[in-house]
Amino acid sequence: MERPTRLGQFAKGLALVVVVAAVVYPLLGVIGTSFASQSDIIRSTGLVLWPDHPTLDAYRTIFTGGVVTRALFVSIGITLVGTLASLLVTVGMAYGLSRRDVTGSRAILMIALFTMLFNAGIIPNFLLIKGLGLYDTYAALVMPTLVSAFNLVVLRSFFMNLPEELYDAAKVDGAGDFRILVRIVLPLSKAVLAVISLFYAVTYWNAFFNALLYLGDSDKWPLPMVLRTYVLQGQSLNSASAGEVLAPQQAVQMAVLVIAVVPILLVYPFLQRYFTKGVLTGAIKG
Amino acid sequence: MADTAPPLTREKRSKRRKVDEGAAPANATPPGRAARAQNRLTLRQRLKRDRVMLLLTLPGLLYFVVFHYVPLLGYVVAFQDYQPYLGYMHSAWVGFANFTAAFGEPAFWSATLNTLEIALVQLVFFFPVPIALALLLNSIVSERLRRFVQSVVYLPHFIGWVIIVSIFQQILGGAGLLPDVLGGLGLPRYDMMSDPDAFPWLLTLQVAWKDAGWGTIIILAALLNIDKQQYEAAAIDGAGPRRRLWHVTLPGIAPVLILLLILNLGQILSVGFEQILLQRDAVGPDAGEVLDTYVYYHGIKDNDWGVAAAVGLVKAVIGTALVLGANKFAHRLGHEGVYRGADR
Repeated sequence: MERPTRLGQFAKGLALVVVVAAVVYPLLGVIGTSFASQSDIIRSTGLVLWPDHPTLDAYRTIFTGGVVTRALFVSIGITLVGTLASLLVTVGMAYGLSRRDVTGSRAILMIALFTMLFNAGIIPNFLLIKGLGLYDTYAALVMPTLVSAFNLVVLRSFFMNLPEELYDAAKVDGAGDFRILVRIVLPLSKAVLAVISLFYAVTYWNAFFNALLYLGDSDKWPLPMVLRTYVLQGQSLNSASAGEVLAPQQAVQMAVLVIAVVPILLVYPFLQRYFTKGVLTGAIKG
Repeated sequence: MADTAPPLTREKRSKRRKVDEGAAPANATPPGRAARAQNRLTLRQRLKRDRVMLLLTLPGLLYFVVFHYVPLLGYVVAFQDYQPYLGYMHSAWVGFANFTAAFGEPAFWSATLNTLEIALVQLVFFFPVPIALALLLNSIVSERLRRFVQSVVYLPHFIGWVIIVSIFQQILGGAGLLPDVLGGLGLPRYDMMSDPDAFPWLLTLQVAWKDAGWGTIIILAALLNIDKQQYEAAAIDGAGPRRRLWHVTLPGIAPVLILLLILNLGQILSVGFEQILLQRDAVGPDAGEVLDTYVYYHGIKDNDWGVAAAVGLVKAVIGTALVLGANKFAHRLGHEGVYRGADR
């Protein structure tokens, strides 16, 4: 093939730098600003990438109890419990539907898949949550998104692609369906389970809409709701702690953002390599 | 177990047919050995055999029924003058009054127009972005560099809307980077976050930031499936890089692009709800109200349940029809579509 032109190489390089910077700059800027002092913020335009006088004041402000700390615990709890519950139910259903000869499995699969095509809508969902007595409970943050049809399809496809001989051999050895799941299928599925856990965990960690709809009591708010109130709508968190050294408002807001993003940044690198396969199974076979 | 086949009653026969229908058209393929063995068992015996599998399926099935199908009944509210303290049972029936009330309201039509405008801007200006990005990624020769860029661009997909909107507020908002830079240059400080005219563009920019990278996954897979020999043949025939892009690459990924386009058209009434709700106040309802936020504010904020549910129902029916139609259309074009491939 002919050699690429120098202009083309340059344009491509520039495009790559712009794309990467567009993602990385805002994230680094948010982290930098959360450590910034008042003087750093005054001197800066927009976000502070590298504070000259780094300080932990902002984090001190948000972790001295109060709204953010409480919301953080709510979010962690919802994420852990929700992810575990979703995983259990999804694994059970995906496995139960993974063999074609199971009575009625096709109809059940269709019931689940059909929900990808419609959504009952805000008002009926709200009335359901009220009717079930889930309004203002943490369960309202977990139950409505318990199983994702997409994840179900991904997991089921994975189970179906395991070699048939494994099942046959286990059956010959006298293992029942449940034993096969626990002893053979699950240990072979660690990678896909990790990805699906991430998908669920991210949903619960970012849960904003269910909280907005179903939680009237602000004491129960998870982190995204607190973010909206104190970062987007600009209400002050500082006012409560009178007498202390006040961290700059902007730094405090960015610190709240940081604690909302960091958990994702921490687990992401470990799971990233499995995405492609998972997404393609879900999108093409689904 | 009983080896002799008990005579099938009509009921059992119809049940059996239902199960078989899914697998293949009745006469197309002869039933395999598994199917024949199955036919020898009665429904009860089969349920007993499959009890563990079915029991494992049950909680999930229950979830889908309770949280996706039962709420559909709640749409009766659309035909009622719903009063929460009276409930469905005792609220007065009003026929189609809620629908006519909504259709007579300028706010409803404004929300519809906003929805369509935002959807259209996103379709035209966001849809090509992942394609361009995928082509760029695909052209990186160094495996290491490509992996790195890919992990960077996938990342924003996992960041929630509240966080993304907050970050944009820091960069484009009143006291953010863009106005500061403009001010420093002696230009008027422009706040894009609260400019109603820029709203569809702002939303598109944010969607691109969040999901352009994620959207490349499926296109990259399609690119991977193009036969390398086609490129070599084209190069030998004297096609330059641009001609190869036009005559080999684009036709190669066209089926996937068409499918994505059709699916996007199906979702046209559901432009990002969370994203818009979070920013509606900054630009005001004239520019920021879409069908979903209309339903939210009328129903849950203003307790105008009947009208909100009616609008929601219209939206849901048109939306589902669009998705089903789009999927049918994708089949017509010879693609698998959304749900046909489910049992592969």
